[in-house]
Parts: sequence; C-alpha cells; structure tokens
Amino acid sequence: MIFYILRRIVATIPVMGVVALLVFSLLYLAPGDPAVIIAGESASTEQLEKMRKDMGLDQPLPVQFAKWIGKVASGDLGTSLHSGKKVSEMIGARVGPTLSLATVTILLSLILAIPMGIFAAWARGRWLDKSLMSIAVLGFSTPVFVVGYVLIFLFSVKAGWFPVQGFTPISENPLRFLRTVTLPAFTLSLAYVALVSRITRSSLLEMLGEDFIRTARAKGASERRVLLRHALRNAAVPILTVAGSAAAFLIGGVVVTESVFNLPGMGRLVVESVLARDYPLIQGLILLLSLVYIGINLLTDILYSVFDPRIRY
Amino acid sequence: MKHRSLALALMAAVLSGPACAETLKIVMESRLGNLDPILSASHQTREHGYLIYDTLFAEDAQGQAQPQMIDEYSVSEDGKTYRFKLREGLAFHDGAPVTAKDAVASIKRWGQRDRMGLAIMKATDSLEAEDDSTFVLKLNTPLGVVIDAFAKPSGVPLFIMPEAAAATPITEAITNYVGSGPFKFVEDEYSPGVKSIYVKNEDYKPRSEEPSGMAGGKVAKVERIERIEIADPLTAVNSLTEGEVDFMQNVPLDLAPLVEGNEEITTAHLDKAGYQYGYRLNFLHPPFDNKLVRQAALYAVGQKEILQAQFGDADNYQACGAIFGCGTTYESDVMADIAIEAQPEKAKALLAEAGYNGETVLLLHVTDNPAMAAVGPVMAQQLRAAGFNVEMQAMDFMTMLSRRASQEAVDKGGWSIFITSWQVPEVSDPVRSYMIVSEGTKGYAGWGDVPAIDQNIQAFLAEPDVAKRKEIAAEIQKIVYEEGIYAPLGQSSRLNAWTNKVDGLIPNGPTVFWNVTKSAEK
Amino acid sequence: MNTLPHSPSVESNELRAIRMRRIALFLHDNIFAITVLALVMLAGLLAPLLTSADPDFINPGMKLKPPSAEALFGTDLLGRDVLARVLYGTRASLLVGLLVALVALVVGLLIGLVSGYFRSLDGVIMRVMDGIMAIPAIILAVALVAIMGANFITVVTAIVVPEVPRVARLVRSVVLSLRSEPYVEAAVSLATPTWRILLRHMLPNTLAPLIVQGSFIVASAILTESALSFLGVGLPPEIPTWGNIMAEGRRFFQLLPGLVFFPGLFLSLTVLAINLLGDGLRDRFDPKLIKRA
Repeated sequence: MIFYILRRIVATIPVMGVVALLVFSLLYLAPGDPAVIIAGESASTEQLEKMRKDMGLDQPLPVQFAKWIGKVASGDLGTSLHSGKKVSEMIGARVGPTLSLATVTILLSLILAIPMGIFAAWARGRWLDKSLMSIAVLGFSTPVFVVGYVLIFLFSVKAGWFPVQGFTPISENPLRFLRTVTLPAFTLSLAYVALVSRITRSSLLEMLGEDFIRTARAKGASERRVLLRHALRNAAVPILTVAGSAAAFLIGGVVVTESVFNLPGMGRLVVESVLARDYPLIQGLILLLSLVYIGINLLTDILYSVFDPRIRY
Repeated sequence: MKHRSLALALMAAVLSGPACAETLKIVMESRLGNLDPILSASHQTREHGYLIYDTLFAEDAQGQAQPQMIDEYSVSEDGKTYRFKLREGLAFHDGAPVTAKDAVASIKRWGQRDRMGLAIMKATDSLEAEDDSTFVLKLNTPLGVVIDAFAKPSGVPLFIMPEAAAATPITEAITNYVGSGPFKFVEDEYSPGVKSIYVKNEDYKPRSEEPSGMAGGKVAKVERIERIEIADPLTAVNSLTEGEVDFMQNVPLDLAPLVEGNEEITTAHLDKAGYQYGYRLNFLHPPFDNKLVRQAALYAVGQKEILQAQFGDADNYQACGAIFGCGTTYESDVMADIAIEAQPEKAKALLAEAGYNGETVLLLHVTDNPAMAAVGPVMAQQLRAAGFNVEMQAMDFMTMLSRRASQEAVDKGGWSIFITSWQVPEVSDPVRSYMIVSEGTKGYAGWGDVPAIDQNIQAFLAEPDVAKRKEIAAEIQKIVYEEGIYAPLGQSSRLNAWTNKVDGLIPNGPTVFWNVTKSAEK
Repeated sequence: MNTLPHSPSVESNELRAIRMRRIALFLHDNIFAITVLALVMLAGLLAPLLTSADPDFINPGMKLKPPSAEALFGTDLLGRDVLARVLYGTRASLLVGLLVALVALVVGLLIGLVSGYFRSLDGVIMRVMDGIMAIPAIILAVALVAIMGANFITVVTAIVVPEVPRVARLVRSVVLSLRSEPYVEAAVSLATPTWRILLRHMLPNTLAPLIVQGSFIVASAILTESALSFLGVGLPPEIPTWGNIMAEGRRFFQLLPGLVFFPGLFLSLTVLAINLLGDGLRDRFDPKLIKRA
C-alpha cells in the first residue's frame, strides 16, 4: 500500500520534468520580444539591442534553459519582465480568488449534480431522466463566457443583486465574499455539474447491475433504499474520482470565468501574462497549474486505491 | 435608475460596508504595466507618473510653459546658458529635500530617451548643479525649444526623481518609486494587473496659482486613489453605472449610449486635442520600397470610412490631413487631400506606372484596442479596392510592437504597414513627432532614409521665429507625403465618464487627479 | 491461416443483420441530434443561397444596426451582415471541429498503437503524453496561439495538441488489452509482420471507441475555438466563426444582444447535438468507453 503510494509519487517526477521542458521550449519559440514590449512605442532599433543584451535574451537557449531549471529547482521562478516583481510573489497574490472560486464551484456543483444524477438514475429512461441529462449536456455545450454575460446582465445590471465585477476575500468580509463569488462560481459550475451528474447517473446505473444490488432487491429493499444506501455508497468513489480528475477542466474554465467577472486570480494572470509576453510569469504559472493538476490526479489515484477494494497493488 | 426593493437596498448598503468618500476609484484605458515613466512611453505609465512625480515646468491651458518645480530661471543673451532655481520646500516622499542634483540626474536620464531630450543633449556642453537649489545648462548652440521640452506633457515627460533612481541605466526599469508629486505610490498594495494604490502626499507644497492645464497648484483633494484594472470595457461601463467605480478614462464611443442617458453620470472629452491615428509604411521591402507604390497606398486609403468604423457618429471624430495635428501651431493643409480622401483611381494609375505586380502587403492589425481594431479591416478593403494584394495579420498591440521591430522581408516575419496612435501633443511639432522620423535602419520603424527630413528638423530647431518654423513644418509635411513616410488617419478624443460624486477634473491631454474631489452624496 | 482462431472483426451475415438493426435503432433514438446537425451543415453549405450579403463586406455607415428586414440578425461594429457571418461562420466552426478531431485521432492513433505495441517506447511516449495532459488544455492552447500567431492552421494545431494524449491513451489501452488475446498471440507466434498485426487486429478494434471519442473532440474543439476567440487569441475576423463573431460582439451585448445571441444559439445547438450524438454512439456501439477513458 505505502509502496504503491510511493511508487505513484515517484512516477510523477518524470512527468514534471517533461512539463518543465515543454513549458520552457514553448515560450522561447515565441516571437514576441520582451525588450520591445518594455520600451513601448518609441524605442529605436539601437536602444532595443542594448536592452536585449542587458536582459540576457541574446544567450543561446540551452544556456537559458539550464539557468532557468536551476533556479526553478531552488524555488526561484524569476522576475516578471513588466512589474519587476518576483513571479512567485505575483502568483501568490493571485491564489486566493482562484482557490475561492474553485472551492465554491466544486461545492456548488456537488450539491446540484449528485441529486440530479440520482434523480436521473432513479427515473432512468423516462422523460425526467432525459430532460435532466439534456440540461446537463446543454451545460457543457454553451460557452462559459456567454453564460457569464447573460448572468451579469440579468442579476447584476438589471436586478442589482450582485456586483458586476471584482472580488472581496472571505477574510475581509464573508458576506461580500459570497456576493462577489456566487455568480462566477455558478457560471463555472454549469459545465462541471453536467459532468458530475452524468457520472453519478452512469455509475449508479452500473452499480444497479451488480450482484449485491440484486441481493438487496431480492431481500425486498425499496428502490429508494437500493439507490441511496447500496448503489450510491458504492458509486461514491468513482464519482469523486471523476470529479477530481476533471480538475484540469476546472482550471481551464477558471481562465475564462475570471476574465468575464474581472476576478484577480491566476486565470486572469495567465491571459494578462500571455498578452504581455511576460515569459517568466507565463512559465511560472503554467508550471504551477500543471503541478496542481498532477497533484490532484495523484491524490485521486491514491484515494481510489485506498477506498476501492478491487484494486490490487 | 432602477427599482430595487427597500430591503435589497438596505442589504446592499450593509454589505458594501461604510461609505468611503475619500477614496476615488478609477478605471483607466488599459492596464498599468511598467512603472518607469522614462523608460516606457506608455500613456498609462505616464498617468502613473503624474500622480507621484512632479515636473520642472508644465504647460498651462493655453499651451504655454509655466514654472512648476522651478522658482525662477534665466537665459543668457546669446541663448546658450540657462540657469534654473528650484522652489523652496520641495521634498520627496521619503522626506529628503529635492535638490538640483536630483534635477540634473533626472534630466540626464530623460535626455537619453526622449526625442526632444536627445536633441537638447546633443547640443549640450554641460549640465551641472551649482548649489542645492540651482543648476545650469550650457549649450553649444542656441535652441528655441528647451523650456518647451522641459514642459512637454507627453511623449516622455521630464519627471524629477531622486538622484539614486535617476542613476538607473536607461535600459533598466527603476525600482525606487519615490517621487515628489501630490500623491504617494503605495508599493505594498500594488498588484500588477489588478490594482495600484496612491495616497495623498500630506507634505506636498502646491504652487499658489490656480490649476490651469498641467500647470498651477496641484492640490490632492482625496485621501486615496484606487486604480482598478478592468480589461473588458463593457464590464467597466457596468461597474461605473453601478457605482462600483467613480471614474472611467475611456468609454468606447460605441458604448456611449450606456452612460449618456444616465443622470448619475457625467461625460466629457477632457482631452480636447485627442488622439491622432496614423500608419507608416516599410521602406525596406517590396512593394513599399518603391516611392510610387507608397504614394498609391496613401491615395488608396481615405479617412472618412475608417473614422466612421472607429467612432460612428460624425460628432465623435475629425478628418485631418495635417501630420502635426489639427488645432496645433504647426497645422498645415499642404497636400492634406492625399490623406483625407480615398482616391482608388489615382492609386490604380500610380500602381500601373510603378509596375506593381501583386507583391503582398502585410498589414499588422491590432485587435486589443477597440478604436484600432476597426482600422485594419477597412484599410485592407480600401487598399484591395485599389488593386493591392493585402494580407492582414491580427495581433495584440504588444505583439505588434515586437513584430514591427523586424526588418526582415514580409515572408520572413516582416511587415508592410502598421497602424498606431498618438496623443496630438506628442506629434504636434517636427521635434516631438516620431512619425516623420526617416533616419534609415537605425531609426524608428519604417526605416525610410530621407536626409531632407532631418535637415529640416535641424533648421526648425535653430529657428527662433514661429512664422518661419511654420514654413519649415509645412515643407516637412510635403516631403512626408511625397515620400510616403506617414499618413494620419484623423483625430478623435476619448470620452471620459464619472459619477456625479466626482468633481474638479481638469481638461488635459494626460488624465490627472489633483484638484479632484469626491463627495459622499450625489 | 485457417488454423487461426477467427478475429472478431470478421462478420457473419447474421452479425451484419444485427448491426443493421442497431444502426436503425440508433438513428431513431437520436433523431433530434441528427436533424439539428443536418440543418446546421446545410446552413453552412448553402450559405451563398440563403443570403446575398458578403460576410466580409465592411460598411461603416451601417454599423451596429439592430435586426431589420435587410439584415435579419442586424449588423456588427464594421457594418457587416451578422446573418451572413453566422451562416458562413458555420463553415469555419465545423471545419475547425472536424479537422481537430481528425488530426487528433490520426496522431493519437499512431502514438497509441506504437506506445501500446512497442513496450520499449511506451514509457517515454506516455511520460510525454502525461506531461502534455498535465497542462490545462485551454492554457496550453492560449500559449500556443500566442506563440505561433493566430491563423487557421495554428488555431487548429493549438486545439489538437491537448487532445492527442487522451486519444493516444485510449488506443493504447485497447492495444494492451488485445495483446494478450489468443488470436493476437497466435499471430505473433507465427511471425506475422508487426504492421500486419497492427493493421488487421488492432486498428479495427479501436475504431468504435475512436469514433465516439472523435465526436466529443468535435464538440470540445468548437467550444475551445470560441474560448480562444473570447480570450483574444482566436481566428482572425476575416474568417468568421461563431466564436469570433461572439467575441467581437460581446462589447455590445447590452445594446445589441443579437451579436452574441445568434451565433451563440448556433454554437450551443450544434455542440449539444454533437454531444448527444456522441452519447448515442457510445451507448450503442461502445458501452465500455466510460470505464476505459
């Protein structure tokens, strides 16, 4: 067991290496020239060359990579080309909103999606099932930003219930926090609800075919009892695993949602840094988000192995 | 404005916490990137600069240079020696007094970057501090533009920094954000891309004159300014109408209907002169290495359709064929027609004469600025109508700047046309304007090598008489059009909007926040 | 050869009849999705017949007009006809979806076959795939387009790259499970050329899950393209797509909702139909896919 966990952890190391290499090579192929970006509209060719030299951009790529990986390994993600701030500090300042958004979204999704999945499984094949699942599919068939704009227009501009944009940390004012995070989380959760409710339904249906369910039925258990007590309990692990591994999807959705609602999180920072060609910042962000993803996958894998007796090591 | 139940209104009041009337929340046109207003010519960096730095001179509402940090100054008979004395009581935010040494160091750094600064430094024998408050500039030839250059509000304004900050090489950004202006920058609360915070500088000693343009007394009247970055203009407009922010620097004209009918919002064009849009051609590669083809392009493109696409209503823009801007001292109508009217027939004839055979014209199309995004497609359509083979490449402004630096051929990452914009005071004479620069491959992008331009600029610099300077400027305009170096696309000023709680904004090119008040009630 | 056990891909007439019945049933069950898709494809193909307006003709004098008899969906900020743009946009949007799916399937298939069959390469290939998969798709795509510049090929590539690992993994898992089947082991022991084993035994068995997976890729590619447009790194506006029409129009959402609503409706309905179709395909032809992927 512990050996298995250790092996899984060790197995992530080469993946991280691959990610690091990808991230580095990606961005050094970019044509955007940081020197021009900093100097702005009115720099002459001569001034630019001098800046490039000073910034170390004229050195060969392998040298730049070696320097970079060495620094990253010691926890130094470099300095933003634009603000001159440390990349780790800049990212650190943006973790709060993203983490809040992700947490609220996941909670909201589970609260909505699991009952939806249960109802659909209970009414399998009937119109309730079909319409619930159609709504679910519609959830991930509509672009996140369209949903966001419609919600802002209805609930912020017309009704005035929520702020149009911005974020208040929970530590500062819990009520305002809820007001700022509700709409974005709801927007982002639509797609996630769709995924989770479908998995809930299909896992339940799969469980319903298993022997122990037949045994329970044979013993005269009611359909409700069969679904909630027997099937759901056993389907919980696969549901949570899928919910966990869909985290990558959530990380992607965060980028768009934060841009729509002007939340100062990591997702918006990704877009800002890409548009500004802030290489060190982009690298730091992608690296970190990928590590988060790898971490979540590792965790769900381990949880799965702990809770699912059918997995052997 | 809207019907909200009392309970909701109460809830909103409770949730939004105590009203903080002394905090002004502003949304600017685009995000604040670099914090070095000398290294970066970005207007947002400049606006940041005007909050925390002070300048030696400043232009008043009539465009006249007035002393700001300077108490008095004198010019020698021969026009070669300038002696400046600083006002008393000036201090940086860390408490250190502003000395002549700080001013000298700041001028020297600025003189490596700004176009007017470079021109002055080229003619400078010495620039030294005489004592704590006096410094002397000795030129080797008289120049008529020294005080104008020190007072220029835009391009790269001459902000005064502490000597230590001004010692930073011009290729590196400063890391010390101490100024002596009416507001202090709160570095701890700065979050790039999210917000920047400024607080009132209690120790600032404003001049006694009333504020006028960029000049006069700069009195900070709010305790705190929160600059909030909102990338999406619609979101920004909504937060203004919802009262989440107090001031918006640029309401895209297409969205004006959302604020103009609103009784709680005031709108105005604070920057009367506005922006000049324009484009330059790449002299290094076909097809624009041929003068006739460049002229054909200038004839093919016309301002009206482009301006209409950019700004809609005719009230929102002004067609203008003067390369130094309309409403400026050096406005000229020499050959202005070539820039204003689209004349596809004339363009076709020129193309035939030049023997153009379909070489690709690569247009760098900037998409992240609403006004600029409208230019590319219309211009492409006009050029195509005249027979050009146009390829348009979409990119954000930052990428355009990098891409524009490439001197390669079109198929190797180069370009043929780029579009940009300047605030009119930045291009209003031959010394300031980058758009006429034609100094070959070392100069500004476009890289035409037309020595006649620089000869005329030198003549302009040496000429004290304004009437004669105007003649020289008109001559430059003629050369620019004949050679096809640059053509303006007309002018428009951005629409500013603020809630009625805000008052005291001063009409100016740069948006400045001294003299601005915010009341608790509307 | 006759001594070999039958490969499951060889069908008897009886099996064929069963398959035909399944297809008929499938068509019946998915009538909504199939109708929507057929209509959308027709709208794209017949765009020149359905509207006389040129989707790229700029007419600044007609900018930002609400829907009218001349322009049923109104006009955009450059005075272009939105109906024409949405109809022509159907072509590019569907093309992006189909092309992404096709390329991702082919590339993923090759990588999956190689990785599943040649154990020596498996480790390296799968680590690279894991690495790509670890970078959130939209972020990888944004970075790729930002680097390569936005045109049709780069946008398609940027959407393909994050999809490939999932396909490769799927194919690999099929190959791995087939390797131990008796008929494959028999073929190997008879020294059948590798390419032949791959082509004859492996490939046919990957088809069903690949088609199902492909339909989901089409749907997600169309959505990803719109997200890229929204973030400012999508296809240039001369190639109208539902995504970039919405991205350009979103600023005017409160003045002219149609600029987002109409292309959004086309996009959502199409993606919905493709997803439903994918579900239908999976339920009929590859019920095990969920567990495999």
